[in-house]
Amino acid sequence: MTALTPVLSSRWAEPRSWTLETYESGGGYVALAKALKSAPADVIRVVKDSGLRGRGGAGFATAAKWGYLPPDDGGPRYLVVNADESEPGTCKDVPLLMASPHLLLEGLVIAAYATGVRQAFIYLRGEVVHVHRRLLQALDEARAKGYLGRNILGSGLDLEVTLHAGAGAYICGEETALLSSLEGYRGQPRLRPPYPAVSGLYSRPTIINNVETIASLPGILGRGAAWFASMGTRDAKGHAFFSLSGHVNRPGQYEAPFGITLRELIQAAGGMRPGRRLKFWTPGGSSSELLTVKHLDVPLDHESVGAVGSQLGTRGIQVFDDTACVVRAVARWTDFYRHESCGKCTPCREGTFWLTQVLDRIEKGKGTRADLDRLLETCTSIRGRSLCALGDGATMTIVSSLEHFKAEYAAHIDGHGCPFDPRQTALFSSPGAKEADA
Amino acid sequence: MTVKQEWAMTPPTVTAIIDGIRVTVPPGTLIIRAAESIGIEIPRFCDHPLLEPAGACRQCLVEIAEPGPDGKLRPYLKPQTSCSMVLTEGMVVRTQVTSKVAERAQRGIMELLLINHPLDCPVCDKGGECPLQNQAMTTGQADSRFTEAKRTFEKPLTLSTEILLDRERCILCQRCTRFSDQISGDPFIELQERGARSQVGAFDPEVLDFDGYAPTGLAAEDESGRPFSSYFSGNTIQICPVGALTSAGYRFRARPFDLVASPSIAGHDSSGSAIAIEHRRGKVLRVLAGNDPEVNEEWITDKDRFAFPWSSLDDRITRPLVRGEDGELREATWPEALARAADGLREAVSGARSKGVGVLPGGRVTLEDAYAYQKFARVVLGTNDVDARSRIAGDEEEAFLGSRVAGSGLGVTFADLEAAPVVALIGFEPEDEGGVVFLRLRKARGRQKVFTFAPFVSRGNAKLDATLVPTVPGLEGAALDSIRRGSGTVGDVFDGLSQEGAVLVVGERLAGVPGGFTAAVALADRTGARLAWIPRRAGERGAVEAGALPGLLPGGSSAQSAEAREGVARVWGVSGLPLAPGRAAYDILGLASSGGLSGLVVGGLTLSDLPKTLANGIAKAPFLVSLEVRLSDVTAHADVVFPVAPSSEKAGTFVNWEGRLRPFTAALQTSALSDHRVLDMLAREMGVTLGTPTVEAVTAELARIPIDDSLRPPPPSASGPSAAEAARRAKATTLATWHALIDQGSLQDGEPFLAGTARVPVARMSPATVAALGIEGRVLKVSGPGRGTISLPLAVTPGMVDGVVWLPMNSPGSTVARTLGVAHGDTVSVKGSES
Amino acid sequence: MTYSDEARARLDKDAQRILARYPMKRSAILPLLHLVQSEEGFVSPDGIAFCAETLDVGTAEVSAVATFYTQLRRRPAGEYHVGVCTNTLCALMGGDAIWEALRDHVGVDHHGTTRDGKITLERLECNAACDYAPVVMVNWEYFDNQTPESVKELVDDLRAGKDVTPTRGADKVCTFKEVSRILAGFGDGRANEGPSAGPASLAGLETDGGRKGAAS
Ligand SMILES: Cc1cc2nc3c(=O)[nH]c(=O)nc-3n(C[C@H](O)[C@H](O)[C@H](O)COP(=O)(O)O)c2cc1C
Ligand code: SF4
Ligand code: FES
Repeated sequence: MTALTPVLSSRWAEPRSWTLETYESGGGYVALAKALKSAPADVIRVVKDSGLRGRGGAGFATAAKWGYLPPDDGGPRYLVVNADESEPGTCKDVPLLMASPHLLLEGLVIAAYATGVRQAFIYLRGEVVHVHRRLLQALDEARAKGYLGRNILGSGLDLEVTLHAGAGAYICGEETALLSSLEGYRGQPRLRPPYPAVSGLYSRPTIINNVETIASLPGILGRGAAWFASMGTRDAKGHAFFSLSGHVNRPGQYEAPFGITLRELIQAAGGMRPGRRLKFWTPGGSSSELLTVKHLDVPLDHESVGAVGSQLGTRGIQVFDDTACVVRAVARWTDFYRHESCGKCTPCREGTFWLTQVLDRIEKGKGTRADLDRLLETCTSIRGRSLCALGDGATMTIVSSLEHFKAEYAAHIDGHGCPFDPRQTALFSSPGAKEADA
Repeated sequence: MTVKQEWAMTPPTVTAIIDGIRVTVPPGTLIIRAAESIGIEIPRFCDHPLLEPAGACRQCLVEIAEPGPDGKLRPYLKPQTSCSMVLTEGMVVRTQVTSKVAERAQRGIMELLLINHPLDCPVCDKGGECPLQNQAMTTGQADSRFTEAKRTFEKPLTLSTEILLDRERCILCQRCTRFSDQISGDPFIELQERGARSQVGAFDPEVLDFDGYAPTGLAAEDESGRPFSSYFSGNTIQICPVGALTSAGYRFRARPFDLVASPSIAGHDSSGSAIAIEHRRGKVLRVLAGNDPEVNEEWITDKDRFAFPWSSLDDRITRPLVRGEDGELREATWPEALARAADGLREAVSGARSKGVGVLPGGRVTLEDAYAYQKFARVVLGTNDVDARSRIAGDEEEAFLGSRVAGSGLGVTFADLEAAPVVALIGFEPEDEGGVVFLRLRKARGRQKVFTFAPFVSRGNAKLDATLVPTVPGLEGAALDSIRRGSGTVGDVFDGLSQEGAVLVVGERLAGVPGGFTAAVALADRTGARLAWIPRRAGERGAVEAGALPGLLPGGSSAQSAEAREGVARVWGVSGLPLAPGRAAYDILGLASSGGLSGLVVGGLTLSDLPKTLANGIAKAPFLVSLEVRLSDVTAHADVVFPVAPSSEKAGTFVNWEGRLRPFTAALQTSALSDHRVLDMLAREMGVTLGTPTVEAVTAELARIPIDDSLRPPPPSASGPSAAEAARRAKATTLATWHALIDQGSLQDGEPFLAGTARVPVARMSPATVAALGIEGRVLKVSGPGRGTISLPLAVTPGMVDGVVWLPMNSPGSTVARTLGVAHGDTVSVKGSES
Repeated sequence: MTYSDEARARLDKDAQRILARYPMKRSAILPLLHLVQSEEGFVSPDGIAFCAETLDVGTAEVSAVATFYTQLRRRPAGEYHVGVCTNTLCALMGGDAIWEALRDHVGVDHHGTTRDGKITLERLECNAACDYAPVVMVNWEYFDNQTPESVKELVDDLRAGKDVTPTRGADKVCTFKEVSRILAGFGDGRANEGPSAGPASLAGLETDGGRKGAAS
């Protein structure tokens, strides 16, 4: 049994956990002071040794990403925290920022110090107003206490941080779209190369990291790379949030080492709903291929999940039991991608537009068998050919659900309708819902 | 020889393999272009060689493998867009020709593109020249397997009076929006909405479902009341890869395959832009930009593109006209008209009370026409009173043109302008007066520093990030003289112009500024900057080369030099050329209006651009011969009118401001004759062989004119206004004015759609001046010494030089010369008013 | 422009504070759009013009941005924006049922506003609270673990002018205009209200496994 490892969330239960006072009382900003005493290159080495990989979805090695920054040319370089958290099923950064904004700020100053950044931005999705309040206040507190601003803790480091509110666009979580948005343009992704590390915000070298990635830094710098690397698997080290939602008894945030399995997580979450069996789940938000009961024991690390044809992604684990209609789920996710497609590239814009029409038709019992082939063909036309990964993401639940649950699609087509009762799927007992069978 | 030098001598290259073929290209070449260079056409929609890659349509996907650090080929996991990827050493590219993956990817994209594209090719303007249609045909996918409802939009949207948008045809390649942003700097259209609802458009509250009305603001609008569009908007139609953007004038008028395209040269400014005139059964239906990388690249102004109907309006003259006994013009035969004109001119030149005849060719002549006019003047009429500059112009400019411009061949070029680290503009507004010159300067933005000697930074110059050298109209000379080594802007300009490759551009207005050219030449000499003269009208540089100026003979030698006169006389086979110094156009007109001339021979001259007193000269001339395309306020006073051909109906040569010869042939075959041919006939009627019957004859003769730098006129040396005068002006309100690109010019007649995209005429003044003069109300009334008043909305312009008021020169409600009788640099009086 | 002089002066002053946060002024476009929403409750054409003028860009460029983002409204809307998450997870956990019940109860559809100007309904995409499904947002404050009944009561309270308290948020839900001002970057002093975390956020911490792990 893999033990959970609450690190980032360890103090969330404390009253007023968000204040600087509480944060400091628990040893906050000590790691920063320590980091500021070593050379930036040494900080980067610790991060490298820890094996920290990005927590935003792609799992890219953080120190390696920083290493792509060109040598200092005297001009500005930027650090941008990606707090856009909008991937369906992903719900870790928001509670972290709500409960412990200083954890991010401390990590941010460490990262800025390591990478030679003097101006950082936090791009926070707009739809979470209380998180804005807490971050604004935390920034004020940190400035007042000398953790931000000029000559931080007497180290000579100057750092300004701007909190920037998004305004409702999933695509702005994609790093180049985020930069477009932050520059004041439509949030549309850009061609790569050039990569942001070379030419990012205002065409200057820019590092973009996820909230959880940055928030992991105080722990790593404070307790050491070895402590961090002692958790997890060979290629995926450390602790990470596994966000469980859906048909488990106790949905929520489970901080655990990589390599934990869904079986273990469900156990920690008190099991499935009484009398229900796991049917399908997303390991990494809706932009990952659906997995099934067959995959209950797959170690949840990037490589192992990749090996079974999906991706670890954001660890936004959405769990559905046997009352859930996979066609309904997939149709809804696809509609999300249609709604959120930025519209810049043809395959994603036109493809998602068309996919939703066909899925809607199938769900309503008006589809044909030929539609299933065309769904797959259209996914082929989108995947790997769109400008950014949103288009790829749109195809993942479709293709995998057709692989695992083709019969269920067929049932909708042949039976001219959906065989499921949505009331059984709901968490509250709606009047008239059929008694769940054991 | 050092290694470094060796490098410099062999330009570096990149060698790679595309579809099995070895290709060597300069580094930085995009795959799509490298493929083109070996004849492999990769399909594309959003790609455009002059725009930054967008990688949006995804039509150009290819398979790529690149050698890794170990030299082993590493294939990319996904197909890549060849329009955005640079070819690198050792790369192996497989296009649709050899790769199933690429072929399948491209077919998939095509199918998706067609999902929402209407199948209305038969009624679409682009039908027959549509990349989407063509590629759909070649991939064998003229229709789609998608049966769902297509996205529909209400059609069409009027983006400006000139440009219409059918949104359902748009494939969102963003060429138009990228052009507007990157090239013209007028982002009046942008992508709106998101995802499948994405659409191109302006801020239109109704279309975008905003509650309320579009905001309006002075000078933010065009004439039609819409937010200001662009002088270059027509280019978006041409680069639209489908039929989404169309022009109001051309829409539904023709099918591309019914049209004949004739290459030609635009005649609306001095840039010499390459164009294609497309016509059907003798009628011009549209004008497209030609592709001339050295001159206009692939862009033209909206004036070049849309202002062609003027020559086929109802008032077109097709037969000669003579004034009858009753005082009315009537049609006549050519022999009759020639005889009448010959008699009249003979009488005017040699009659008992002859005071001589002046010749005013107008500024839009071809090189050949200009040559014929001046030779006609000098040989047939025996006078140097010939001047193609139908604007304020004097000896100082002539000395400048003679000493620095005429016969100097290709000088500063478009490429030089683009490459210049620093460009200073004086008496020249690139966007209004130079069109594609502006686009070239804008292309250099970020790499180039632009200074403008002007009373304020115009919208165009703001798009060049130009720095203002605050200059009072009429005191340009002093401003130029003030440029010295030192601190501040003055020092910056000096240092800038001292850089290798820096260019000082002088324009039309400087001719009206005493001491202006003298100071410009001195500044250029002081800093080592190159000088470029960019006149506004298409024929001016050619006229200078042809000697259609009073003091200049063909080839740039001085008409005052006996040796020069002899040289030309020898080529012409005449005994001698007239001795008496000639007069400039305005002096000729002034003389005529006071009864000092016996006759005038006038080409394309627009009276509305002249002060009334001078325009009177036309009416007062005892005998007037007019060579015109259309009936005009000149032909109204003429005794004989000869119909001549517009440039679309004749062959000839424009010499652009660079000094580049821009020959063109007749796009339309009509019976209309060139001015030089008519003058040749008229001379013959008068017993003189002019020798200008054909373009070839003129070209051959011009080639024989000796060019001798020692016979040029001396450089200009005039002084500017005295200190006392300058002090007086400092207290007065001084007028600044120039022609807006789109205005009331007669060559824009008959194109209401174009006129609708002109900028709203406003009067500009600095906030301090408004306050100092106690101006109240939204309207400024400006008057000159005469009775006329111009009333325009007041646009308070921060940063403008105090004590100056700016008006558009010849726009609706603002005909400065005609109404006020004043010019740039003159004193006016102003007052505020509510309406 | 139809802003009163007083409003215009206030907007200008706030705009300058916003601009000061960025190295390049165009970056201020989203906070400025939130700011104009805080003035009128939506982005009006005047608001577009204000942003264009402030940033020295064209109105088409501003609307290009404004129409890209779903939080920016183009028409006057309710004081309270009630959004039901109907992305897959919430939808299946009951969001669809909540949406239908709410729509029928309030009598307006997606983006519809009640006659009294109090409520605008909206279907939302995932709002990063899947572990609290089904989720409803009122002016971007969290109402976790909702049911059709709880949501009907919620809107009834809002329409009756009662203060309502989000599950994880300020002590009471502020108006849409007030909230927009926070998104423009101006705090309202309510950061210290509400809990540190909701129960789901603490789930891992509070399981036995969690405690064991934390100790190591
Ligand atoms: C459509 C799309 C949405 C994304 N949304 C987010 C997001 O909300 N938060 C995030 O951190 N990363 C998101 N990403 C991933 C980012 O592009 C980027 O990889 C990440 O922020 C890098 O940070 P990391 O290296 O710390 O993981 C998204 C990617 C895509 C393609
Ligand atoms: S894949 Fe979708 S979101 Fe990404 S660029 Fe293309 S249209 Fe935009
Ligand atoms: S031409 Fe390459 S993506 Fe459009």
